[in-house]
Amino acid sequence: MAAAHAHEHEQHPPVAHQSSRVDARLLGMYLFIGSEIMLFGSFFTAYFFARVVNGPGEWPPAPYELPVYLALLNTIILVSSSFTMHWALTSVKRANRAGLVGGLLLTFLLGLTFLLIQAREYTRLGFSPHDLAFGSTFYGLTGLHGAHVFVGLNLLLYALIRSIRGHYGPEPHAHLGVEIPGIYWHFVDVMWIVVYVTVYVL
Amino acid sequence: MRNPLRTEAEAFSFVLAVALCFLAVGIAAAFGGPAAALASALSLGLGAGIGIYLKSDPREREPAVWSRRAPGELRRILVVANESLPGRSLGDEIQNRAGPGASEVLLVAPALDSSAPRWSAEGDARRAEASGRLEEAVASLVAAGVEAHSAVGDADPLKAIDQALRTFHADEILIATRPHGKSDWLDRDVVASARERFPIPVAHVTVDLDHERARAREPCSS
Repeated sequence: MAAAHAHEHEQHPPVAHQSSRVDARLLGMYLFIGSEIMLFGSFFTAYFFARVVNGPGEWPPAPYELPVYLALLNTIILVSSSFTMHWALTSVKRANRAGLVGGLLLTFLLGLTFLLIQAREYTRLGFSPHDLAFGSTFYGLTGLHGAHVFVGLNLLLYALIRSIRGHYGPEPHAHLGVEIPGIYWHFVDVMWIVVYVTVYVL
Repeated sequence: MRNPLRTEAEAFSFVLAVALCFLAVGIAAAFGGPAAALASALSLGLGAGIGIYLKSDPREREPAVWSRRAPGELRRILVVANESLPGRSLGDEIQNRAGPGASEVLLVAPALDSSAPRWSAEGDARRAEASGRLEEAVASLVAAGVEAHSAVGDADPLKAIDQALRTFHADEILIATRPHGKSDWLDRDVVASARERFPIPVAHVTVDLDHERARAREPCSS
């Protein structure tokens, strides 16, 4: 009997304490984004350190050049994907399933385009991560961001499949599965804007 | 301080604000050099920080779930049920609790298994069955003059209640189960756990569907 009782407890672990103020999944995403900001911060620190150590001379160091306008195109693509993401969320709140699916699909395609352009850019840059601290910090920062876009694409694909299957509704708790990837996607966008201006423009 | 990124819409506004700020920094860098870029970045960052701080008034904190209702407002009842939804005794209990005054009922059927793949056919079937039961229950309540709506919630009834309370400020919770021996929720002490966890009254109603069906089949003696 005691064994059976113990077994029952093994099957049903104690209920985790939860706050009724912030959804646990949303809180998890906030904590994750917080840790990601710190991770990006360490990469930016390394980048600026390399830049300061390089002195007031030319940056990027000769003979390297960065494709500023191609990266600008990529920036426009990624910022546009924030608009389509917001459109998807606005649609699901208005029970517009076609808008939700369309918005998520467009966001996914724009994100994929961004990633493909970045991969193409890597093959034509003419320098590698081994080339000076400049190469290491450049690939480190943009590669870290690319990895985040890849994770975001997976989240978007997941949400897209679920939206096609009609799993979301206009009630706040019924579309949290789109809201959370949306917040993450906007975070990825913000980070890219910072990376672009810092690495390519300044 | 208020979190400026509580929703996707706020995060989107933040993206736009950051894009505009960095556009300004880029323009400053192009025309004024690195010093102008740094000065504009610092001033914009400082301005944004002050703006967020001023916008977050501590007096406007979101009240706790149990203190949101002012006296005289309509009565809100959160009903958590799944297989017992078609039960007549549940419908009667809801109508009794709703009473003659203004009331609003949210029916939640815990049926979304968060541990199973969200696109699985099994999950879809469970959700569809729960949705069907909810629709019938809502139609029956609306026909009886009770304002009711419904949602499919997490398979764990406690989680489903927790999630529902974030958007539906219930005055009481009514949990419907099948009788002892037939109810998994009673085996897991869901009602007692809910009473312990949520600071609003939690009532329990037992729905014996087999008994109700048997009674419905009995011929009228009069």
